[in-house]
Amino acid sequence: MTTDTIEITELSAHAREEIDELLSHFPADQKKSALLGALNVVQHENKGFLTEELMVLVADYLDLAKIEVYEVASFYSMYELKPVARNNVAICTNICCMLMGSQTIVDHVEKKLNIKIGESTDDGRIYLKKEEECLAACAGGPMMQVNHVYYENLTPEMVDEILDGLE
Amino acid sequence: MSETNTTIETVTITVDGQEVQAPKGAMLIEVTDAQNIKVPRFCYHKKLAISANCRMCLVEVEKAPKPMPACATPVMEGMIVHTHSQYAKDAQKSVMEFLLINHPLDCPICDQGGECELQDVAVAYGQSVSEYTEAKRVVFDKNIGPLITTELTRCIHCTRCVRFGRDIAGIRELGMTGRGEESLITTFVDECFNSEMSGNAIDVCPVGALTAKPSRFKGRAWEMVQHKTIAPHDCIGSNVYVHTLRGEVVRVVPCENEAINEVWISDRDRFSYEGVDADDRLTTPMIKRDGQWQTANWDEALQLVADKFKTVADLKVQQAEAEAALDDKEADADTEAATDAEASVAENETAEQINTEMAALVSVNSTLEEQYLTQKLMRVLGCGSVDHRLRQSDFSDQDAAPVMPWLGQDIEQLEKLNAALLIGSNVRKEQPIANLRLRKATLNNNAKISFVNPRQYDFNFDVANNISVAQQNMVAELAAIAAVVYKLSGNSAPANLADAVKAAKISKTHKEIAQQLTDAGSATVLLGNIANMHPQLSALRALAEAIAKETNSAFGYLTEGCNSAGAWLAGAVPHRGAGGSTEDVVVGKNLAEITKEKLAACLLLNIEPDTDAADANALMATLKDADFVVSVSAYNSASVKQVADVMLPAASFMETSGTYVNAEGFWQSFKGVVEPKGEARPAWKILRVLGNLTGVDGFEYLSSEDVKAELRSQCESIELSNALDSSATVKVDSTTGMHRSSDVPMYATDAIVRRAVSLQKTVDAQSICVRLNSAEAERLGVSAASTVTVKQGNNSAELTLVIDETIPDASAWIPLAVQGNDALGSAFAAVNIEGAGA
Repeated sequence: MTTDTIEITELSAHAREEIDELLSHFPADQKKSALLGALNVVQHENKGFLTEELMVLVADYLDLAKIEVYEVASFYSMYELKPVARNNVAICTNICCMLMGSQTIVDHVEKKLNIKIGESTDDGRIYLKKEEECLAACAGGPMMQVNHVYYENLTPEMVDEILDGLE
Repeated sequence: MSETNTTIETVTITVDGQEVQAPKGAMLIEVTDAQNIKVPRFCYHKKLAISANCRMCLVEVEKAPKPMPACATPVMEGMIVHTHSQYAKDAQKSVMEFLLINHPLDCPICDQGGECELQDVAVAYGQSVSEYTEAKRVVFDKNIGPLITTELTRCIHCTRCVRFGRDIAGIRELGMTGRGEESLITTFVDECFNSEMSGNAIDVCPVGALTAKPSRFKGRAWEMVQHKTIAPHDCIGSNVYVHTLRGEVVRVVPCENEAINEVWISDRDRFSYEGVDADDRLTTPMIKRDGQWQTANWDEALQLVADKFKTVADLKVQQAEAEAALDDKEADADTEAATDAEASVAENETAEQINTEMAALVSVNSTLEEQYLTQKLMRVLGCGSVDHRLRQSDFSDQDAAPVMPWLGQDIEQLEKLNAALLIGSNVRKEQPIANLRLRKATLNNNAKISFVNPRQYDFNFDVANNISVAQQNMVAELAAIAAVVYKLSGNSAPANLADAVKAAKISKTHKEIAQQLTDAGSATVLLGNIANMHPQLSALRALAEAIAKETNSAFGYLTEGCNSAGAWLAGAVPHRGAGGSTEDVVVGKNLAEITKEKLAACLLLNIEPDTDAADANALMATLKDADFVVSVSAYNSASVKQVADVMLPAASFMETSGTYVNAEGFWQSFKGVVEPKGEARPAWKILRVLGNLTGVDGFEYLSSEDVKAELRSQCESIELSNALDSSATVKVDSTTGMHRSSDVPMYATDAIVRRAVSLQKTVDAQSICVRLNSAEAERLGVSAASTVTVKQGNNSAELTLVIDETIPDASAWIPLAVQGNDALGSAFAAVNIEGAGA
């Protein structure tokens, strides 16, 4: 897996533009409101994970204490604080999906990719998200989210097809 | 105030069958606390924002469908509350069980054991046996700095420490990361907890998760003896408790005093005690014989000192008499025999060759009694050259100065301000408790607080205007603010300020500051420690006073050290006696004049001459050149050894009784907590014996209380006022070129702090260096240099260069009071900087 990180000294122009757009939705003295969105933007730009440097840059950009950003980034499961593979696969294991057989899906995927939940494949292609909370698609369980796209009513065959189609 | 008090609405509630009046909107726990009804709690702290996350304070409220947290339930009319009903007890017991699930039950190996809120509450509200048999959570500890040890497995996630940082210390450094079982109190990645108030997190932590690193495992709370005393480092005079174990100091914790330090103390006040037991404590009197230091006994050393001072004093009297006689004889020379006159002249000439100049320098951190006795001793010996203003350099308006420069208001008033202008002040590091009050003013009253400083300091509240200019331009900045103030008031500036005000270049910032002070219902103008050291102090304070007067603001000083206010009252100034009296007072020379003299005898009281003076270079030279120097000090400092002839070991902080007068003029007396080290004795006793041995009257004190009472009687008629009775013309300095400026780093203020090892490991501890902004470094061609040569007058030093953008142009920042600062000279002077070896 690639762990090479580029030393970044400021947020990219694109990230700043997106964050500015987010900020425009909130009162000027409540920049903290844009924090979740800002972290999404920079994580997306950084191959799907956050680094210390990026968190510091976001903190500076939003006038927040560094620890405030760290608290949020470590609280939400949608942020990765360690390098992960480029495709983010999150299989829901919450109650409804569990009742609908999500464990079969997890077992199948772990066996297929030869990694455990929370790990990335050696070729840097697929990351199995450690623990995904309910994604509010209970009617379609078992379900998973691959790079922000929902796939519902999963069967092992469907999962094979989806995962094999990833770059 | 009385108006707002009468309009507070009250409601009547019933707590445990007892009817109670409570202010509307108050939280239930505040009411039960006021009634002394015990409700257990962990996350609630009266000085912190409510978070209601521990759930320990659950009580039964009738008609509520579930137990209610007392800390987050506002009282309502007719509310009926049971804090000890079975329903409430069951709820509390369940929460207790829940909190203990992951908490280790190994109190005997925890430093908090015996003073642990969790332990106490568990005994009162928990079960005797745990039903929990599963594995417990384990959390790895983290090093968050030299002052606090973490033991995160013990954390119950009350977030008091996090809220302390956010609500009180003003910077978010600790936070809770992760969630659920992974939740963890920590700092950002690998950072330290750097706040100058960080130690308070130890006190607010209800368990052993955050404990004091320097005193960890040094003793059990129930074995310690608690003594109340006063912190000796800043002009606030925070009340502290010293905890001792078998006669040794274990730690220092705050003593609640709402009017002064509330429940907080700075890290400097908390951890400085480590410096008291430093390796270089002086434990026996020492005499320098033929250049060698030898231990001596008290009788011998005291007699030597007393004889020396008495001899010089007698000589001085003889000289004065001879001079007077000569004058008389000259007056009627015609009638005298020529031979007599010649003989007398010859006698006089030999007398003139003998130097009789004496001086005494006392520390701003000496007790009132020590300061008073020093000046009394010197004055009865005919010497008025007594000074405590070692870091001051401008003495030109000392006669116009107030009897006691003080805060101009009480400390609590600082949080009620609407606007403030602080001149030459890094209040956050100099007086952390005052800073805390000012911060509250910005949060609660949206106060506009501005600074005029020779450097851009970092504050933990929103600063309205933070002016930073080279020190030589500070007067011009104040003159500009004064100019706007006079425009706004419509008055014309007095003659002595007229030129400065007229020449002022006014900017938008000056207008804003002037407007904010003028508009504020309650405002103040304060001079800080840097202003006090500034070479144009007289100009700064004349302008500051004028601004205060015109804007109806209180004018005050954040005075240096813990007892400089006391030193003025005690008469430790050359131009005034005790109580500020000028009648029949032996006057003498101030520090600036003393350092120009060849001294015959000099007394140093708690002084380290290489670090305690603004111009340590000049002071060291004077003392080296002096015929006889006696140092009364707790330490056997290298610099004292260089210059002194006799060293008398004095009791240190916590070892002597005495009094400090804080910036609001409040006299706080304290008793000795531990025995002085070795043969050291309280300095007031040493001075008393010196008085006895020199054969002068009035030194028959039995206790420090007697000394205080004597001084007190001379201070009774003093009405505190900072009014400056000066009409000296204020000149705006137009000097250009690179100038040095300085401050005293937070952990270099005095001899004790400089020896406090844990504090010296923090980020606020500084060593000697020179700071330049990158533009200046570029201009001087030293951008890439790691060291530079700094030339000041005839002195030069090779110093580490630090590029620091908080330093204004034309400024070179060199800290005072740190090792090596005596190589250069005055704290504010023209300097030349060259690449090393150039």
